[in-house]
Amino acid sequence: MPVLSIAQSLNRALDHALATDPDVMIMGEDVGRTGGVFRITDGLQTKYGSDRVVDTPLAESGIVGVGLGLAIAGMRPVLEMQFMGFSYPAYDQVISHVSRIRNRSRHRFTAPLVIRIPYGAGIGAAEHHSESTEAIYAHVPGLKVVVPSRPTDAAGLLSAAIADPDPVVFLEPIRLYRAVKEEVPAEPDPTPIGVAAIETEGSDLTLMAWGAMMREARTAAEELTQQGISVELVDVRSFVPLDMDRIAGSVAKTGRAVVVQEAARTGGFAAEIIAQLQERCAWDLLAPVARVTGWDTVVPLRQGEPHYVPSTQRIVATARRVMER
Amino acid sequence: MVDDMRQVLTPAGELTGECPVDADQAVEFYRLMVLARTYDRKAMALQKQGRLATYASFEGQEAAQIGSAATLEPDDWMVPAYREPISMWMHGYPMELLLATRIGTELGGSPPESVRVLPASITVGAHMVHAVGLAWAEQLRGSTRVALTYFGDGATSEGDFHEAMNFAGVLNVGCVFVCQNNGWAISLPREAQTASETIAQKALAYGMSGVLVDGNDVFAVYEATRDAVARARDGGGSTLIETMTYRMGAHSTADDASRYRSPEALAMWRERDPIERLRRLLAEWGRWTPAWQDQLERESAEQIEHAVTTAEALPVFSAGEIFDAMFAELPPHLVEQRRWAEEA
Repeated sequence: MPVLSIAQSLNRALDHALATDPDVMIMGEDVGRTGGVFRITDGLQTKYGSDRVVDTPLAESGIVGVGLGLAIAGMRPVLEMQFMGFSYPAYDQVISHVSRIRNRSRHRFTAPLVIRIPYGAGIGAAEHHSESTEAIYAHVPGLKVVVPSRPTDAAGLLSAAIADPDPVVFLEPIRLYRAVKEEVPAEPDPTPIGVAAIETEGSDLTLMAWGAMMREARTAAEELTQQGISVELVDVRSFVPLDMDRIAGSVAKTGRAVVVQEAARTGGFAAEIIAQLQERCAWDLLAPVARVTGWDTVVPLRQGEPHYVPSTQRIVATARRVMER
Repeated sequence: MVDDMRQVLTPAGELTGECPVDADQAVEFYRLMVLARTYDRKAMALQKQGRLATYASFEGQEAAQIGSAATLEPDDWMVPAYREPISMWMHGYPMELLLATRIGTELGGSPPESVRVLPASITVGAHMVHAVGLAWAEQLRGSTRVALTYFGDGATSEGDFHEAMNFAGVLNVGCVFVCQNNGWAISLPREAQTASETIAQKALAYGMSGVLVDGNDVFAVYEATRDAVARARDGGGSTLIETMTYRMGAHSTADDASRYRSPEALAMWRERDPIERLRRLLAEWGRWTPAWQDQLERESAEQIEHAVTTAEALPVFSAGEIFDAMFAELPPHLVEQRRWAEEA
C-alpha cells in the first residue's frame, strides 16, 4: 500500500470517483488549471477534461447553486470552496436549498452533491483563511457533515460522501494536509459516514477531537499515558450523523471526558456533544465534562494564532484537572 | 442589444404585425387566461375563508406566464418563483399540488416523476442558479433540453441574479430567463429597484441577448420566448426576457397595496388587461361570444373545484412523517427524534 498524505489521498479518491462514475464532476475556483489552491485536484483536469473538472467564475453561491441544479438533473458534483471563510456567500444556497430540496419535494428531487471546505487555522494565512465554523453547517437539518483527520479516512469518507444520496459537507483540515502520512489502500475503501473512530483504547478518560485538532489530541494522549493516565482517544469524524452510541459508550466506561474543539467556544460543536453526554450518561460521570476550545474572539492573524488554537499543553492541563476531581 | 418594447397586440385588441400563432392557438391562449384568472380569484376566496394559507395573486400577469410556458416541450425544465402557478400547471404540475402547497403540505412540492418543474421557490432569485445547473447538465449529456426560469423585477437586485446570468453566459448554456417585471417588489416600485433603463438591457453585461416585451401581450411574450427557446436548443446560449406587466393585486394576502400604490396606476393598467385585449381580437375574428365566455368560466370553475376537492383530501402528515423526507435513509438521531415526536 502506498504511503500518502491527506492531500494525496484526497486527490486519489477524486481521481477514482471521476474514473468510475461518469456523472461525477468537480467544480470550483482554480480547481482545473492549477489543481486548486491546495493542489487537491492536481492533474485531474488534464486527465478528465475541462467539462468534468471545471474552473468556475469566482462566485461561491453560483458554484453551490449551479451545482444543485446539476445534482437535481442526476449529476454528482463535487464542489470546492477555497477556504471556509469564503464559503459564507454560498451559505444561503446550502441552508435554503441544498439541505431542503429533498424534503420540499418529498424525495422527488434530491441533492447528491459534496461541498469540500478546507478549514482551520495554523498556517499563518490572511484574515478569513483560518475559520473552523463546522457548527453552523452541523446545525442545518438535511446536511451530513464530516471531517477526516488521517489519510485513510480522507479517501474513505470522501468516497462515501460522493456515493451518498444526500448532500455532504466535507471539511478538510488545512494544517494536516501534508503533516500526516500513512499507508492508504490503493482503491479507496469507503469509511461509513456517522461512525466515530476509537483510535486508542483506555480506561481513565475519554479524549475527543476531530479534524486538525486530532494532532494535538494524539500528542496530549501520549503525554497523559506517560503520566500514568489511561486515555481513550476518539476521533469524532462525523458531526451529522453523530455517533453518540460509540461516544457515550466510551464515556460511560471511563467516567471522564474532555472534548477538544478549535472553533470559538460559545455554541460550538463540543457543546452539543456535552449536552448529549449529559442526556445519556450523566450518572456514569465521575467528574464534569470539560472542553478545550478556541476563544470567543476572531481568529487572530499569524502572530496571535498560537494564543487561540488549543495547544497540547492546554489539553493535558485540562485532562489532569478532570482526573483530579 | 435591447430595442424598444415589442408588442404584437395592442390594448385595444389590434394586431400591429403578423400574429405568431394561428386562430385556434389564440383561442387556446384565451381559454388558458380565463382559467388562470378564475384560479387566481378562487384561490383568493379560499384564502379569505381560511382554507389556504398566504397566497400570492398573479392577476394581470396571465399573458406573461401563459405566452412563455406555451413554448416549452414537456421534457424541458421549468424553475419557477412563487407567483407562476399557471405556468407550472401548463408544464404538467398537477393543480391540486399547487393548491396543496398553499394549504400547507410538502406533498405540494412533489410532482409526478415525469414532470420537470421544480417546486415553487420562496426565496427571491436564489433559484435562478438552479436553472443554470439544470440547463448545463442537459448540455453536458448532449441533449437539447432547455431550462426556463421565472423571477420578478425585485430578484434582479439579488446577488444570485448576477451569478446565474454570469454562469449562464460563461458556460453558454441553454437557459431562458423570464423576468416578470410586474412593477412592484412588495412595496418597492420598479424605478427604485434599479437605475437601469430596462431590465432587459442587463443582458448585455453577461454576453447574452436581452429582449423587452409587452408582458400583457400574450403574442409578444410567446414570440420572444419561442425564439429564445429555439436559440437555447441550438446552442446559441441564454436569453433574458423582460415581460413588462403589472401586479394588479397586493404582494400577497398578507399585504395591503393601498398603503403604497395609487388607484390611478391600477386603473391605467386595468386598461391594458391581457385578457380583455385578446377578447377584443377574438370577437373581431368572430371567435368570441358571451355564451362561450360563460362556458369557459363554468368549465374553469369546475376544473378548479375538482382540484380543490382533491387537494383538501390529501393526507395530513403524522408527527413521524415530517421526518421522512429529510434523508434517503433516516440516520439514527432522526429515528430517535421521530419516535419522540410520535410519543409526544
